[in-house]
Amino acid sequence: MSTLDAHVIEPAPSSGVLEKIWATPPGILGWLASVDHKSIGKRYLVTAFLFLAAGGIEALVMRAQLARPDQHVVTPDQYNQLFSMHGMTMIFLYALPVLSGFSNYLWPLLFGARDMAFPRLNAASYWMYVAAGLFTYAGFAMGAGANDGWFNYAPNSERDFNPGLNIDFYALGMIFLGVSTTVGAINFVVTFFRMRAPGMSIEKVPIMTWGTLTASAANILVIPAVSVAFFLLWLDRQYGTHFFDVAGGGQPLLWQHLFWMFGHPWVYAVVLPAIGMTSEGLQTLCRRPLVCFEAVALATVATMVLGFGVWVHHMFATGLPALALSFFSGASIIIAVPSALAVFAWIATIWTGRPIITTAFLYFASVIVLFVIGGVSGFMTASVPVDWQLTDTYFVVAHLHYVLIGINLFAVAGGIYHWFPKMTGRLLDERFGRWTFWTMFVGFNLAFLPMHVTGLLGMPRRVYTYASGFGWDTLNLVTSLGSLVFAAGVLMLVIAVLRGLRNGAPAGANPWDAPTLEWSVPSPPPTYNFLEIPIVASRYPLWERTIDHGAARSRLRTELRLEAGRETLATSALDADIDLVMKMPGDTLAPLVLTIGMALAFVGLLLHLAWLTIAAALVTLAALVAWLWPQRELAQIAGAPR
Amino acid sequence: MIARMRLPSRWRPAIAACAAPILFAQRAAAAAQPPLSYLRSAGAKADATLPLTWGLLAISIAVVVIVCVLVLVAIARARSRTAIAHPDGNASAWVYIGVGLSSFVLVCALVWTVRVLAFVNAPAGRPALTIEVTGQQWWWKARYLDNDASKVLTTANEFHIPAGKPVRIELIGADVIHSFWVPALAGKTDAIPGQVNTAWIEASQPGRYHGQCTEYCGLQHAHMGFDVVADAPDDFSKWLDAQLAAEPAATDAMKQGQHEFEFHCGACHTVRGTEAGGTVGPDLTHLMSRQSIAAGAAPNNAGMLAAWIANPQAIKPGTRMPTLGLSDPQIGDIAAYLATLR
Repeated sequence: MSTLDAHVIEPAPSSGVLEKIWATPPGILGWLASVDHKSIGKRYLVTAFLFLAAGGIEALVMRAQLARPDQHVVTPDQYNQLFSMHGMTMIFLYALPVLSGFSNYLWPLLFGARDMAFPRLNAASYWMYVAAGLFTYAGFAMGAGANDGWFNYAPNSERDFNPGLNIDFYALGMIFLGVSTTVGAINFVVTFFRMRAPGMSIEKVPIMTWGTLTASAANILVIPAVSVAFFLLWLDRQYGTHFFDVAGGGQPLLWQHLFWMFGHPWVYAVVLPAIGMTSEGLQTLCRRPLVCFEAVALATVATMVLGFGVWVHHMFATGLPALALSFFSGASIIIAVPSALAVFAWIATIWTGRPIITTAFLYFASVIVLFVIGGVSGFMTASVPVDWQLTDTYFVVAHLHYVLIGINLFAVAGGIYHWFPKMTGRLLDERFGRWTFWTMFVGFNLAFLPMHVTGLLGMPRRVYTYASGFGWDTLNLVTSLGSLVFAAGVLMLVIAVLRGLRNGAPAGANPWDAPTLEWSVPSPPPTYNFLEIPIVASRYPLWERTIDHGAARSRLRTELRLEAGRETLATSALDADIDLVMKMPGDTLAPLVLTIGMALAFVGLLLHLAWLTIAAALVTLAALVAWLWPQRELAQIAGAPR
Repeated sequence: MIARMRLPSRWRPAIAACAAPILFAQRAAAAAQPPLSYLRSAGAKADATLPLTWGLLAISIAVVVIVCVLVLVAIARARSRTAIAHPDGNASAWVYIGVGLSSFVLVCALVWTVRVLAFVNAPAGRPALTIEVTGQQWWWKARYLDNDASKVLTTANEFHIPAGKPVRIELIGADVIHSFWVPALAGKTDAIPGQVNTAWIEASQPGRYHGQCTEYCGLQHAHMGFDVVADAPDDFSKWLDAQLAAEPAATDAMKQGQHEFEFHCGACHTVRGTEAGGTVGPDLTHLMSRQSIAAGAAPNNAGMLAAWIANPQAIKPGTRMPTLGLSDPQIGDIAAYLATLR
């Protein structure tokens, strides 16, 4: 890439010692036992894309049904499962896991560390995500998929109205997935505060990590709400409690509060890391530091803090008093301020930079526009009287797709183009990339921009069919055609990745002349990431020669080799002073066995098989004991040499 | 640098570009008036909300256009540059100006929102009457409340109100959550089991206004429509009196049909003045005064009534009304009888 006048990064000599210490043994057992964050990150990405494909196919079937009025492509029951599974899949099994994939892969590399803080927990988080996803999809395969929408309002999700196993699959699957997300979030937070290279004090942390940090902190706080909600619902259904059942003194609105206290922060959790990726990609490709870096980082945190106080805007029509609605309306409108800051900072970064128009840049720049479209429609729903009209119509469907596809999927596609060379050592084809981008961009807007009008003309969401004469026919046909074009674009993205794996041009260590540490190591990175743990002196270690950072000079060649076993450095939370040498655990099957035990326990709970639940709990316990058993290599045995 | 931007010449096309789609949309909205569109209003509550909807829509479109222009110009300008401009310099100042302007617009929108909310929250005058509306899978029951028990009227899926007067609606969710929505008259209010939500509607002119359940409520959520018919006050009184009247005794020709109806349908449906007194399904006393059946799933005519009685599941799969397995003559008799319930 001669146009990028890349800094020449001297390839670090490979270290046979470190290679031997950190390598995952070949074979299927080695693969299953790996705790390497790079493997786990890639698995997250691939798995999330498989779920994206499943959710996408569900969407296309729905679009076939809705292309014309009064169609009979699917039955009402099938349609209701399709839209519920589609929402559940995209929001829970695609949107956050795909971002966790990027973060898992990139964080230790961005921070100058050799792994995440808790490698085994990382593996467990991934396996539990897969198991919970398969668990919910097992229900769908049996014709008992979730069928009450992804937010699953009680009492329609109670047994009286929903006697099958549909909701039980969903409820238990969500509790299971909550464990995965929670342990993953804890891992990110601890990694952020303890695993940064010496000298990477809090103000020098790469911008993209702020999104995942904030999202993870929020998830730790809010997932208990939804896990409790699903657990109480399951008790209502199976053991006759009355938490949400009016006949027994229960309260349907309790479900909505518990769900949205979780649900709204979750919406930010699935976009803030993607916003971080966009900031990182734009500054790199614009060849200049992000304008208002500190303000953008703080805006990320501010969005999340305000995000805890807006959940009632999903409940404006539930009959709450006007005074309470005014408060939540105000919070929901004001939360646009930090988002506006990010948008203006991005524009100013492009304006004052020298953008290199790569495919990744096209995706990241399109995120700005799609973010604003999704943002202003969200701003409209924040206004109570207006929301009373547009809530639960296709206007909201259009809005949430601009948020979730516009900010998440487009940023993810940009991220793939940007970081694929790092992950594989190969570049993706730029020409095909442009075609892919424009197909996705045109298809997406063709499908979802007219959908705002469908909503303004009053089409309610979640209807399996509609009659002619409401003014929705042409709009729906356009949306269905657009969704086909968009699906073709996503398919092209997958093809681009497969082609790149096979015969992409060699990438080199730093094809984009990027400023952060992951680009200082070879592509793909060695199993131990860094031959020597770098010492960081500025926010942009690889740009110090072109951008004035005073006399600050980061050092990539240090003597910090740490070759006495699996080791990396732990540093202090704010200043990143060297604290101690961390002994890191090696590959183990314990997380996988633990997950299998938990999955079987959930199957036992689902089918009321007490023996299976107990046996599976014992397996889980055994895996935990094996996991926690003191190890000499981890210096967990008294008197053992460090 | 952004500082060199010449505002007037940049804003003119932006303003024109913003105005064009709004004017177009307004014209399109006025031309076609689909039944559930909320880009029109026909009553005090919707009248107060509509300008806010258009206002926020206009702000939104303007913001999108401005940002699109800024992004494109930024890319075009910056690509022609050879040197990188660094330290932040003026750039961060422009970011803060942008955030400040955005905040100002947002606060104005918030003030406007709260004012409209205060206005639409309660009607200006005393409601002319109170209707208790019950959402249930998958139809709407309306009870016109009155202190005089003989004047309490029960009907389904199509209810009349006097034009020009606020009407209080008490909402009940009989089974799961439903949402009551007549877009031309007012925004949504949920009907939630275990609580009574109140709303009010007012139609300024006589007319027929379509409504729809908008909270997903199970299999046939798609077919849970209703109509609010606003009558001139005199017409409304006449309608109410006619509805309150019991059904006159069936003529001899219809006796067989009435008998079949009472026997097969009476456990769920009511026709006042007959043995049929069920309350599970819609009250059918003046069935033929309504334009559609099965909560808007089908038009109301003799042929459709017969088809519906023969196999409701074919028309509205999952409906709570069972297929009774009646013979063709029985169906014919019942449909013919129902056609007399005016």
